[in-house]
Amino acid sequence: MLCDNCKERDAVINLTQVEHDSKVTLHLCEQCAQLKGVETGAAVLKTPLGGFLQGMIGKGGNVLPTPADGLRCAACGSTLKDFRESGRLGCGQCYDSFAPHLRDLLRRLHGSSQHVGERYAPPGAEGAADPRIQLLDLKEQLRRAVENENFELAAELRDRIRVLE
Amino acid sequence: MAGWPGSGPKSGIVLSTRIRLARNLEGYVFGQRAKDADRTAVLTRVEEASAASDLLRGAVTIRLDQLERVDRQLLHERHLVSKELAGLDREARPRPGAALVVQGSVGVMVNEEDHLRLHGMRSGFALEDAYAALEGLDADLGHLLPFAFHREFGYLTSCPTNAGTGLRASVLIHLPGLVLTKEVGKVLQGLTQVGLTFRGLYGEGSEVVGNFFQLSNQTTLGKSEDELLDHLGKIVRQVIEYEEQARDVLLRTAPDEVADKTWRAYGLLKYARKLTFEETMNLLSGVRLGVGLNLIPSLSVYTLNKLLIYTQPAHLAALEGRQIGDPALPTVRAAYVRRVLETEAA
Repeated sequence: MLCDNCKERDAVINLTQVEHDSKVTLHLCEQCAQLKGVETGAAVLKTPLGGFLQGMIGKGGNVLPTPADGLRCAACGSTLKDFRESGRLGCGQCYDSFAPHLRDLLRRLHGSSQHVGERYAPPGAEGAADPRIQLLDLKEQLRRAVENENFELAAELRDRIRVLE
Repeated sequence: MAGWPGSGPKSGIVLSTRIRLARNLEGYVFGQRAKDADRTAVLTRVEEASAASDLLRGAVTIRLDQLERVDRQLLHERHLVSKELAGLDREARPRPGAALVVQGSVGVMVNEEDHLRLHGMRSGFALEDAYAALEGLDADLGHLLPFAFHREFGYLTSCPTNAGTGLRASVLIHLPGLVLTKEVGKVLQGLTQVGLTFRGLYGEGSEVVGNFFQLSNQTTLGKSEDELLDHLGKIVRQVIEYEEQARDVLLRTAPDEVADKTWRAYGLLKYARKLTFEETMNLLSGVRLGVGLNLIPSLSVYTLNKLLIYTQPAHLAALEGRQIGDPALPTVRAAYVRRVLETEAA
């Protein structure tokens, strides 16, 4: 039987799901099953992330090098290897820098990589000039101006903050 | 935070409901990579936003790195800060910028693994209530601070196990009936098959004592906040039902054994001169079962919850107004338990 999804490879997994009170059975090949977040290995791992990381670890406890290990996040400098060793990402940009690898991991962890929850609107996205947000933004700009020793800009920002406060 | 007054829905079986949302600030490196200056900068931004937030007006910011160990321990025992943030592991110290912003029943842990961990707690089984309070705070802070958010992956977190909604809801539940009837293994195994997980009293990495389990969602991505909460709620209701059935079975098939177990536990709590924390938890579990089955009519769930909270080391020290060394703790604990039972058990 061919895979219901790609219609190319042989189906090796029967995935039965209950959707809207009706049972749907899909016949999938290994690759498509993985894409749908189905565990195809013999062992369903006890802690998913631990298992993912363990998969990268050889018998001697060393992390096996893979060609992607050197991949580096341009924003924070973390490498994919850093992530594999610590299980923690360096910054928000890492999600883009390592997107293909993370997408695969997230599917295995959560069964999906697509967020369907609440959508976030960043400050000021509504176009409303909330003075509270303006004030916080100016304070942040002031801090950066001082850090960069741009005192002329800092003085101007300080005056604008005073007016708003 | 008031703790567990024992008044919420299903409070005989469910002690408390907690929800947390993990959030990070755009443009700042995550916890693991953050240097002291980064952590301090994050705290400054959170403090400024808290001051501007309507929901956090009058909130208290507690700098953990400026707090004595016993006070940090107290906050941890109240489930307000994690062990890691409070620097309670042996030889550990809280790192600069580690803080807790607290206001009523909601709080924000700052500079934990994620920049912000918003959390809310309710007594009893109250997922909707706990989330309602948190949702407002999330919206308010998200309006004032730039949260790291991705179109595909949702809210970005230091560990990918929390990405998406960043939401972890836990229900602290007492399951002595299922433990005594030896059904608990099956129930817990069933949980893992439906995307839930269980932990001990103090969350991740803690052991189960006194038959108290924390049930929570394992996945955070690919489902909406409401779906995650609905699913957990549905399963917890089922577990409560199983627990009630197990208690019925116990009462029907072994009434003398159950009565003996619960009264023995009560007797030990009432007269013992030394009690370790673990023994106290186990005895309170036995007594709580008796109270739930109306075998000990003179005791209230409120008193039991109070004992559960105040017999923890830092709480005892706070009650006594002094540091208590480890060797003296069991004696002080037993004296406190006797005192409460004498005055509160009618």
